Amino acid sequence: MRRVVIVGYGMAGARLADELRRRDQDISITVVGAEPHAAYNRVLLSTVVAGTMTPESTRLHDERWADEHRVDLRLGWEVREVDRAARTVVVGRAGGDPEPAIPYDALVLATGSVPWVPPAEGLTEDGRLAPGVVAFRTLDDCAQIEAKAGKGMPVAVLGGGLLGIEAARGLAGRGCLVTVVHPVGHLMERQLDPAAGGVLARTLGKLGIEFRLNSMATKYLPGDGLILDDGTHVPAELVVVSAGVRAETSLAVRAGLTVDRGIVVDDALRTSDPRIHAIGDCAQHPGTVSGLVQPAWDQAAVLADRLTGTDPSARYRGTSVVTRLKARDIDLAALGDVHTDVDCPDSEVLCFQEPSRGRYAKLVLRDDRVTGAIVLGAPDAAATITQLYDRGIPAPTDRLALLLGRALPAEAASPADLPSSAVICRCNTVSKGQIVSAWRAGAESLPQLAEATRATTGCGGCKDAVCGLLDWLGASQPAPA
Amino acid sequence: MSVIDGQVTPGPGGLCQKGWTAGELLRHPGRLTTPLLHGRPVSWDEALDFVAARITSCEPDEVAVFGGGGLTNEKAYALGKFARVALKTSQIDYNGRFCMSSAAAAGNRAFGLDRGLPFPLTDLRGADTVLLAGSNPAETMPPFLRHLEGARLIVIDPRRTPTAERATLHLQPAPGTDLALALGLLHTAVIEGVIDKEYISSRTSGFDDAWRVAAGWWPERAERVTGVSAADQRAAVHMLAGRSYVLTGRGTEQHASGTDNVSAWINLALALGLPGRTGSGYGCLTGQGNGQGGREHGQKADQLPGYRKIDDPVARQHIMDVWGVDWLPGPGRSAYELLVADDIRAMLVFGSNPVVSAPRASGVVDRFKALDLLVVADFVMSETAAMADVVFPVTQWAEEDGTMTNLEGRIIRRRKALDPPAGVRSDLELLQGLASRLGVGEKFPVAPVEVFEELRRASAGGLSDYSGITYERLESEQLHWPVPSVDHPGTPRLFLDRFTHPDGLARFIPVDHRGPAEPPDEEFPLQATTGRVLQHYQSGAQTRRIGELMKAVPEMYVEVHPDTAARAGLASGESAHVVSRRGTVTAVVRCVPSMRADAVFLPFHFPGDGRANLLTNPALDPTSRMPEFKVCAVRLERA
Repeated sequence: MRRVVIVGYGMAGARLADELRRRDQDISITVVGAEPHAAYNRVLLSTVVAGTMTPESTRLHDERWADEHRVDLRLGWEVREVDRAARTVVVGRAGGDPEPAIPYDALVLATGSVPWVPPAEGLTEDGRLAPGVVAFRTLDDCAQIEAKAGKGMPVAVLGGGLLGIEAARGLAGRGCLVTVVHPVGHLMERQLDPAAGGVLARTLGKLGIEFRLNSMATKYLPGDGLILDDGTHVPAELVVVSAGVRAETSLAVRAGLTVDRGIVVDDALRTSDPRIHAIGDCAQHPGTVSGLVQPAWDQAAVLADRLTGTDPSARYRGTSVVTRLKARDIDLAALGDVHTDVDCPDSEVLCFQEPSRGRYAKLVLRDDRVTGAIVLGAPDAAATITQLYDRGIPAPTDRLALLLGRALPAEAASPADLPSSAVICRCNTVSKGQIVSAWRAGAESLPQLAEATRATTGCGGCKDAVCGLLDWLGASQPAPA
Repeated sequence: MSVIDGQVTPGPGGLCQKGWTAGELLRHPGRLTTPLLHGRPVSWDEALDFVAARITSCEPDEVAVFGGGGLTNEKAYALGKFARVALKTSQIDYNGRFCMSSAAAAGNRAFGLDRGLPFPLTDLRGADTVLLAGSNPAETMPPFLRHLEGARLIVIDPRRTPTAERATLHLQPAPGTDLALALGLLHTAVIEGVIDKEYISSRTSGFDDAWRVAAGWWPERAERVTGVSAADQRAAVHMLAGRSYVLTGRGTEQHASGTDNVSAWINLALALGLPGRTGSGYGCLTGQGNGQGGREHGQKADQLPGYRKIDDPVARQHIMDVWGVDWLPGPGRSAYELLVADDIRAMLVFGSNPVVSAPRASGVVDRFKALDLLVVADFVMSETAAMADVVFPVTQWAEEDGTMTNLEGRIIRRRKALDPPAGVRSDLELLQGLASRLGVGEKFPVAPVEVFEELRRASAGGLSDYSGITYERLESEQLHWPVPSVDHPGTPRLFLDRFTHPDGLARFIPVDHRGPAEPPDEEFPLQATTGRVLQHYQSGAQTRRIGELMKAVPEMYVEVHPDTAARAGLASGESAHVVSRRGTVTAVVRCVPSMRADAVFLPFHFPGDGRANLLTNPALDPTSRMPEFKVCAVRLERA
């Protein structure tokens, strides 16, 4: 029986265990997780901060999961070393004595990432975050934020990327006075162009969030706030750090695996030791960016296909990323390459800006296909354009319709404008012409028209239209002889 | 409605064009009035003798029966009994398998009972919001819309159907992604705080397991898979909080994941606290005239009368006692599996036209050609009848007595209004004629009332208990099953106190999105979906014979987005080939700007090379054995 050992019980590790068991009832699965509780859905943390979801409801598994799926789950354990020659991992309870080593046929590193803390004086003490400073990464972080963040309290968020904005929106929703400090000139610069970043900041500003762009914190004063690099002061009783993450690679480094920004893997998700794999945020694959869950889930499916032999040819070719801000009252999608100028000769670029209503759309098309887009404040268009991008569907010829997102029902036409062949009663295929003829033949009331043509006798939905025709006929035509 | 001199007069509920013109079929020149043996007119005796002799030369399980959801309760009951008692075959199923089997399976596992609507239809008039998942009643059941006049409609359909045009909110998911949408809506309902926690804890079980799946479907993820915006998902769940109904139709049910799709809709309804309360609920909209009754009394492969399970020893004993036999066959195969089984030598088809209506229809035709005996009972020369060795001309709606059970579980009396043409006999007489030649004629009465009296005894104590219903009571009473005794008033609303599971609780079923069995690819980049148009019914065998209906919708067409048509070099009115891995359909292009650019729509009412089912994918749902009619991969070409 093959033994798979998974290091890390986050979204990637938990998903891989599920995918393995779904494909193979016999394979031996061991999961070693450092946190003391069951895996949870990190994507939902912003809803926990916003107060719309409880921490409990973000759990990916319940307490019966390991037993029911015959998974050897070691909660609150750590993997200290990998003995690649013996093919074992050295383990122990956090801070405890070493336990018997666990042998593996395949080892999977799903160790995730850790928050990157900007180098401001006082943010950390002895390698830990100082009191009053919280990361936005784990369920415990959220519990701390929930416990501390009260109505009217000044809070600073370090980082104006996707997660920083989701945290800021959640905190503003709780009634905090939020200032976002961001080192770049516009928000979410990885996904947005400057104009879109500007519209987004304006929209967030209306929700009460303030911004300090092009600014770095240089010093943290506990209970008081932050000093920025231009010497100004940002009041904050709580500082939330959301300035990016870096891959957790220390175990891989100690094991002598090839590590760059993350643990380097190929399309088979193998590290430089082919018996060791890496997935999720700790892995570095050319086709993906870190910090999102979809790549980790895609990788888990591919790796499960391979490790169980279900599909030995399975390969991970990357994940096309669609960034979707999860923040109440703000609808933002960004995908593909958006940094193409409107006058770029090899692409067709459409742009629409309406900053006063928080709307911005930029579309990049190549050979009729969407290759990049930013859609802010237009939810229908965001959904439609994402589908075109994901499915490779050619964009509609009517580009304006694309920006509207959905085919809008036409304005109700006046009876006079309808052609004679227009079907009025769909249930009985009765045209305007037939109704006019019946009226001319003496059917002047609704019951008479129904009797003569059967219009309105089905679902009844055409009653208004038929009455409209009757009024129009009565008003505009000479009465029948 | 009533019939006077072949003219139809509607009841208070209204009629669509199909109903108005139904009288035309009664005296249609194409009406069958004599049995046919290899196309030659013969006497009933000769035809019956021939069929009985051929059947006798087969082993019991080499003989199959294929029934229909349009048969009266009496006929459906008699057909199931005929298969098991006269033919002694386990091989019986019916076209209802292609209709409501996914909803039935999901209803059973959620509530412990399947009745299309567990409340009277008229309750819908008090609704604030009605969600229709994959249903287009403005075309399929127009008078039904009168019950929805006061409600806000949420319509879920990949197409902008006439029903969708009347909706307050039309959610237009990509074909085959309903389950992801339902999961997204459940997730959204939780984060928007509109779920009914008190109801979930007191009246249901299993929420946590269902939630753990839905937790992975935050609205933005569901949006990416379905194309329905997160904003619309939020709008939908807020509209649904309150006096609301969730109703499913074939659009969401006819998938290889159909049962799970319906379970996901029921999960949403349960989380919102809708089922089992006056003024809200979940229901399934019936697809055929007697879709409900047709599945309760024994023409389904795994069931015995009274909605009993055929593998339940207590149920078997009860039915054996009523039928006076000491042996019954076990469960048989499902409809599609039966139609293409290569160990079947003889097939008897009643009230169905599988040559047009079954998935991957060309495979069914090939299989029918290989049979030793194909027998069809019908009143017009359907495409299946045209292939048959023996065709029996039988009565139709206005020419027979009986009962039907409508979508709300209410039993309706059908009264004979006309004598059938000379030479025509009822299905009950046909069954009796065959049974007597097989030595058990005395077990098959021909009077509907006698059959119904036996059905009452057979259903007694079952889930769908008709024992308290008499033809006499039906003259003056509205009776919804179960009606366990003659002084019982019937059960218009089920589940008000408890659901039917032993613990009285409704069950959440943890289900996850799988996607279509056949995803589009480079060779077949479009997704085809199939459905009905207003003027035609089912395989079109009846409605294609009515001049007025054919004038309105005369020929097979395919709805395509204008851009998609243009890319294939096609314009409105031109003839196209729609090609899947299983066949090619010829159809006239209709450009429809509201279509998704990656989807095409085909009505399934047309014969020959216009059969939409030449394309469809017979991938079956693992629980309901429903084929995936509603989505398959195709490409579009100039014809």
